[in-house]
Amino acid sequence: MSFIRKLACAILVVVIVAALGANWFARADYATQFREAPNAPPSRAHLLGTDDIGRDRLSRTLYGTRISLLLAPTAALLSTLMAALIGGVAGYLGGIWERLAMALTDLFLSLPWLFLLITVRALLPLNVSPFVSVVVTFLMLGLLGWAASARVLCAGARSLRNSGLLLQARALGLHGIRLFAVHVVPNLRPILLAQFWVSIPVFILSEANLGILGLGVAEPMPSWGSLLKELEGLTSLGDQPWRLVPLVLLILVVTSFQVILSSEEVTA
Amino acid sequence: MVWRIIRHLLAVVAIVLVGGLACATLVRFAPGFATDEQQLDPRLSAESLQALHQSHQAERNILRFYAGYMKRAVRGDLGISHSLNQPVSTLFRDRIPVTLRLVAAGLALGWAIALSLALTTALARANAYSLVAIALSGALLCIPAAVLAVLSVLLNTPGYLAIALIVFPKVFTYSRSLLSRAYSSPHIIAARAKGLSALRILFWHVLPVTAPSLLAVAGISVSLALGAAIPIEALCGLAGIGDLAWQAALGRDLPLLVNITILVALITLIANSGADVVGHALRGQES
Repeated sequence: MSFIRKLACAILVVVIVAALGANWFARADYATQFREAPNAPPSRAHLLGTDDIGRDRLSRTLYGTRISLLLAPTAALLSTLMAALIGGVAGYLGGIWERLAMALTDLFLSLPWLFLLITVRALLPLNVSPFVSVVVTFLMLGLLGWAASARVLCAGARSLRNSGLLLQARALGLHGIRLFAVHVVPNLRPILLAQFWVSIPVFILSEANLGILGLGVAEPMPSWGSLLKELEGLTSLGDQPWRLVPLVLLILVVTSFQVILSSEEVTA
Repeated sequence: MVWRIIRHLLAVVAIVLVGGLACATLVRFAPGFATDEQQLDPRLSAESLQALHQSHQAERNILRFYAGYMKRAVRGDLGISHSLNQPVSTLFRDRIPVTLRLVAAGLALGWAIALSLALTTALARANAYSLVAIALSGALLCIPAAVLAVLSVLLNTPGYLAIALIVFPKVFTYSRSLLSRAYSSPHIIAARAKGLSALRILFWHVLPVTAPSLLAVAGISVSLALGAAIPIEALCGLAGIGDLAWQAALGRDLPLLVNITILVALITLIANSGADVVGHALRGQES
């Protein structure tokens, strides 16, 4: 393992541990307001200062990181499963099923990803509880983000369909779901894993985009998107540089995923 | 070749029609459809309320709405935007040039930076220089488009620079890999050994081989730039199609949303199909 990969893994571990331990590391709950100290600069009491309604920024960053880092992999898992179901099965069955699945994939890919997300998100209720907004945001990412992975999985399943391995299995009497589950899925596992890893940073960035545009996780619950929305209040980059911490954290985490991903792809 | 173009055209028409219908269906079944803030106005008479109610009735049946829409669209009538109360064709006429200028300038700048960096890294073979270029593109890949838009406002830079910075890392990654592979192929090494000039090698031996793949990336980069135009226009206050899409989505404006979906899908598909057809023609010439 190269030094860069070890560093990426270490960064991810530290950030995940800090996010999971937010209850212990954070000074207060993400919604607690210190009304006597709104917009406070960093101090011993508030290491990253407070926002305009007096909420501790470090606490919100830790809780927001927990939400983004736990739910992006969940959405990635959902989208990978959908891709396996649509792309993998279509590639395995071939014929009309494959053509239909690829037409559906083309339909999804004909619109830019962010355009599709914003349109579908805006069609769903916007005035919902914070918990529902979290579920809606990440469920939507998972349900809409399968198309590119499905195409890759379809190609993988298609090459397996014509392989000697499946020919022999068919000759031995294996058919249908059993053949798919026992021989196709295990052979698609490296592609599935690679697609899962690819989706995580994509979904983290997508949630951030939605959050900044006000279509992500609803207040007072924090996420990287809603934390980055605060950047709109800056008058210059040098003004309150501690407000850039969520952005730095996001870049570090996504970069770490990209570094690990490149090695995963090689393994796959 | 002609068959390939016809096949692409048919695919574009089919996907655009189905995409528009899917979008209309989604909007129709979205919560809050056919409700209008004006209906809460206590000054409106019963007749006015009834007229408002009637104006939404035609859109309740999705297929009827979509068939009517297509019939009118053929005559150049794209309907009226509910939220902005203006003809959609007027909105498009005002806003399409803004987005086209933004996207074109962003794409041109992004491609110029990416290709020049990719070419110099492929030629220079200096590790430190390559590492800096790769780190720069890697860092930009990790910044959300909306953050680049906010930074663009903060630093008072033009919106197309943000588009360029979104397009650059993707194009750089692909083109660097393509050019590095091309420059390390045996015939290029032989051409270098024979003393051919760098420009001659580039235009006669490298670009013809890499052009079809670069064209495919060009098609994808159009979609990328169009997607990025939404947060950039919305946050930078540019009155283009991205900003219009944002307003239409928030206002659940069915006629506007269907039109924008069809327009965006059409541009994306034409860009990708055009890149595929030209790339195929180039490959044919090469072989």
